[in-house]
Amino acid sequence: MEKVYDLIIIGAGPAGLTAGLYAGRSRLSTLLIERGVDGGQIAITDEIENYPGGLSGPDNIESGAALIARMTAQCAHFGVERLSADVIKVELEGKVKRVHTRDAVLEAKAVIIASGAHPRPIGCPGEKEFIGRGVSYCATCDGSFFEDLEIYVVGGGDTAVEEAIYLTKFARKVTIIHRRDELRAVQSIRERAFKNEKIEFMWNSVVTELHGDGVLSGMTVKDTKTGEERRVDADEDDGMFGVFVFVGFLPNSELFEGAVDMEYNYIVTDEEMRTNIPGVYAAGDIRKKPLRQVVTACSDGAIAAMQVEHDLAAGVIG
Amino acid sequence: MFELDKNNFETEILASEEPVLVDFYGNGCVPCEALKPHILKLEETYGDRLRFTALNTSGARRLAIQQRILGLPVVAIYQGGEKVAELIKDDATPEAVEEMIKQYI
Repeated sequence: MEKVYDLIIIGAGPAGLTAGLYAGRSRLSTLLIERGVDGGQIAITDEIENYPGGLSGPDNIESGAALIARMTAQCAHFGVERLSADVIKVELEGKVKRVHTRDAVLEAKAVIIASGAHPRPIGCPGEKEFIGRGVSYCATCDGSFFEDLEIYVVGGGDTAVEEAIYLTKFARKVTIIHRRDELRAVQSIRERAFKNEKIEFMWNSVVTELHGDGVLSGMTVKDTKTGEERRVDADEDDGMFGVFVFVGFLPNSELFEGAVDMEYNYIVTDEEMRTNIPGVYAAGDIRKKPLRQVVTACSDGAIAAMQVEHDLAAGVIG
Repeated sequence: MFELDKNNFETEILASEEPVLVDFYGNGCVPCEALKPHILKLEETYGDRLRFTALNTSGARRLAIQQRILGLPVVAIYQGGEKVAELIKDDATPEAVEEMIKQYI
């Protein structure tokens, strides 16, 4: 007979790692599955300014990777088992839930879905073709390729503006392309951007097509007020530029479609993080909620794990 | 895995008639770090039939751009002086890399 865990957590971002921490401390037998790298989106974020108590290191700068490394260590400290695998199928009905990876079928009395979100693409022609050839969604991965070149950042929220500031370390000039005439980012980030001499703005603009021969060297930009389109080309000596896209996220919820209730592909839960299926919970960015931040992901994870413990003890599930 | 640099890329990779795998990574590239253990595992399985190498692009930016590498991670196969196959970023899953390797052994 295969082992039946008390709890399987899918996804090791802030929500999953916090759920693991709480479940581990409650001595639930817990397996945490992650397909890539712990932290997901936040692991590739250069700087985290708004996680309470999270500023550390020189200059009070906390990187996403450093914050996540501490969360991972804390989770491991409380005895949570880990598996590096891609979940390809789930069977969530019934008392024992089954989670399929390529090599194994794992069983548990409860499942917390914390699979997070991925960057939303612009969705324009040429975008896919130039991924890794000028188009990027990861400043910490690809910024250094654009040393002394020009970079365009698409988006106007916190992430877009923070990453634009980070990219000025490399680029000769960073231009923020935003569809409105003011940034959505919070005031402290906006101030830093306006003060930065390398940052320029292209207001009321959206990118409608990307061009190039092998590498990205041009784009079509549309004025959202007049509807006029114009071509922006790389400096002739450069022959290329970077377009970094930060226009929000899409939930990683494909696997659970039809299985749990969703709205706009986000999983719907009650305040205790329960989905419509007994024994199945959701936490973090995957969940329908008003604010998606590290701190709210951690909060979701804690609530979900404590609810699992409560529901198991009460005999409601398992 | 054999570590390449900008000085030996020509002789080790471009001059090779046999297929060679190159794992392009960079400092601070978290997805690259996540992929690395999977590549090492594949090397254990296929290393006797295919040469595995890696290039830290942080010390070889110009070379990377010449090879049209502008985003990481990239796992590529070179043969006869040319890049004959590559998997970029999200496409570079352990499963997809293994499939690519199987076509060149």
